[in-house]
Amino acid sequence: MTTALKTSGMNEAVSTAPSTAQKSGAELVLDALEEQGVDVIFGYPGGAVLPIYDALHHRSSIQHILMRHEQGAVHAAEGYARSTGKVGVALVTSGPGATNAVTGLADALLDSIPIICISGQVARPFIGTDAFQECDTTGITRSCTKHNYLAQSAKSLSGIIHEAFHIARRGRPGPVLVDIPKDVQFEEAAYTPRAEAKNRNCIVVPDIKNNDIEHAVELMRHARRPVFYTGGGVINAGASAQLRALARQTGFPLTSTLMGLGSFPASDPQWLGMLGMHGSLEANNAMHDCDLMICVGARFDDRVTGRLDAFSPNSRKIHIDIDPSSVNKNVPVDLAIIGDAGEVMDAMLAEWRRRETQEKHDKVRIAEWLMQIDGWRARKSFQFEPADDRIKPQHAVQRLYELTRGKDVYITTEVGQHQMWAAQYFHFDEPNRWMTSGGLGTMGYGLPAALGVQVAHPDALVIDIAGDASVQMTMQEMSAAVQYGLPIKIFIINNAYLGMVRQWQELLHGRRYSHSYSDSLPDFVKLADAYGGHGIRAEKPHELDAKIEEMLASKKPVLFDCVVTNEENVFPMIPSGAAHNEMLMGGAVTGDEISDEGKVLV
Amino acid sequence: MNTTTTPSQSVYPVTPDQGAAKEAILTVIVDNEPGVLSRVVGLFSARGYNIESLTVAEVDVEKHRSRITIVTSGTEQKIEQIKAQLGRLVPVRRVADVTKESDALTRELALVKISATGDHRVEAMRVAEIFRARPLDTTHTSFIFEVTGARDKINAFLDLLRPLGLTEVSRTGVLSIRRGAETD
Repeated sequence: MTTALKTSGMNEAVSTAPSTAQKSGAELVLDALEEQGVDVIFGYPGGAVLPIYDALHHRSSIQHILMRHEQGAVHAAEGYARSTGKVGVALVTSGPGATNAVTGLADALLDSIPIICISGQVARPFIGTDAFQECDTTGITRSCTKHNYLAQSAKSLSGIIHEAFHIARRGRPGPVLVDIPKDVQFEEAAYTPRAEAKNRNCIVVPDIKNNDIEHAVELMRHARRPVFYTGGGVINAGASAQLRALARQTGFPLTSTLMGLGSFPASDPQWLGMLGMHGSLEANNAMHDCDLMICVGARFDDRVTGRLDAFSPNSRKIHIDIDPSSVNKNVPVDLAIIGDAGEVMDAMLAEWRRRETQEKHDKVRIAEWLMQIDGWRARKSFQFEPADDRIKPQHAVQRLYELTRGKDVYITTEVGQHQMWAAQYFHFDEPNRWMTSGGLGTMGYGLPAALGVQVAHPDALVIDIAGDASVQMTMQEMSAAVQYGLPIKIFIINNAYLGMVRQWQELLHGRRYSHSYSDSLPDFVKLADAYGGHGIRAEKPHELDAKIEEMLASKKPVLFDCVVTNEENVFPMIPSGAAHNEMLMGGAVTGDEISDEGKVLV
Repeated sequence: MNTTTTPSQSVYPVTPDQGAAKEAILTVIVDNEPGVLSRVVGLFSARGYNIESLTVAEVDVEKHRSRITIVTSGTEQKIEQIKAQLGRLVPVRRVADVTKESDALTRELALVKISATGDHRVEAMRVAEIFRARPLDTTHTSFIFEVTGARDKINAFLDLLRPLGLTEVSRTGVLSIRRGAETD
């Protein structure tokens, strides 16, 4: 105790910086956020965070966006983070504020999105007394954050916030929660600058071994059927440029997970499209038949691998990941390289070029493979039957893509069929343009995420491709969009069903559509009016383009009710319990395609 | 069922059974801060790993470091996964697999209560002597022994005492340390 006092006394004597001035915990929080470069907070006030809101009142350097629900606040922070590569910040109160934030935190954890969530807590003497709006926030959020803190004193507060940012950003990014009791927000203490804060490393990333790089390049140069399998890690690492350089240098074909879309241009001939459950035929067949798989920043998720024991049976696998726990978790690999995707790919490219000076890579080695892939591609697995009288959902997304080409466009989605159609028919040439809930699969993600994206990019075109069911989960955020003049476009693929649930019921449960029909949908046009936004409805294919143009021209937040055919399924599809080369294509499906074993799987 | 003909159909990230499960003793050095034990234990329950025993105490007061010793079991791949997952926790400083070290010492302490009279009492005392168990407390109808040793030794001691009136056991769980000058 005495030593601690002495040290702080010494600091005061030595340092003449203004940081020694005593400030309230609430001011210290904002000072720390400011030093971390935060300019926007998404939040919702309440009793236990009032001191912080009071401090925000006279701080013009930080903009606060008042959301309508704490889940929305965290998703908006996620959208902000994913579209900028910066850390998103949410501010919520104790009790229900914190529990409402849980879904967003879990979402950010599974998709590795750097988020700081600051929550209020009841004053220290009340903790554990079942006080009003008290909950065990650190206990509840322990398993859905990368790390969390209960700030025990104002003295530790600014240091904790700096460390929280460090942890959120470093290694595999993720959400960090800082729970601050109300009396700590009032307590006075000195500020700890970022440079003096403790920065614990969660994972010590080892140096990249030359041997491993040489081994990897050796495998790559000898491969006859290579494929790059890339994920969200490439985008998190900001390594799209390195990926493009490596892919172009090698000429290898490339597929991305749902999370990795945009890291490689979809317009490039080397691009195979998305892989996985609803991925393209060429991507999945290439994964199944390859002799060398180079996985960069992806984690062999079950949506991607399908049946594990039939997953790419004859390939050697190289896995590049920043998180050692991702390696050999689901699929054993032959060579694991732990490190930042950008640094590893830089090293691989350098090694490839070095080898190239000794002996040119023989492109003929992979020529046959590329021809085989072209054969699969020629089957056009994303083809669908157009209809004259009703709008097909695939057509709607296709038109939306065509009419927004060349614009500065960001896409978010909810979760379900529309999400898969968006991934299949909207194409991305740049990273950080595609925000979707991949890991947790959170319906209601897209609308608030779009709001966060629009705050970060005020002049960009931000579209939430939504479903009629998902969008109602966070519809209230329309109110926030109108309040802050954020002209997000919510493009609702309205089939009046919980579409993906209905599709599974059709394929797995004998067309018994148990509680998947949305009766009594709201009139989305009137709803837009009620919020003060702009409502548009399109029901016929011939009016679609003009209506989309109307949406794009609107300066207001738009709810676009795109009424589509009701019982369209997402194809192609790897049924549960099947392998990559057993895809179901569109057309007649009898319902017998899925084995009894497959039916128990999600 | 028909496991011999059809392989696993699971698309869940269930680790395929590669080799037999074996026991592993993990030593985890952590920052002693509020909630750290629950992070470690929560990780095990959330990911479906076993805990056979768990021991924790602060070992470095100045640096606020605690040492957690966990006995768990799983395939080689599962144990590697457990170590990697533990490594992701922010307060975890080091994880070492003691079972991988041929020179690790492991010990456990147990307090054992016997309620017995007559011949059983005499026999219990004799067994205790052989196992170098110390009587800590005695009445005309009971003994409490303190015994330390490797887990197998304690199990053997308990097996011998069971027919002699064993009524209660309290065990610390396994502790471990490396032989020689090297540290974990």
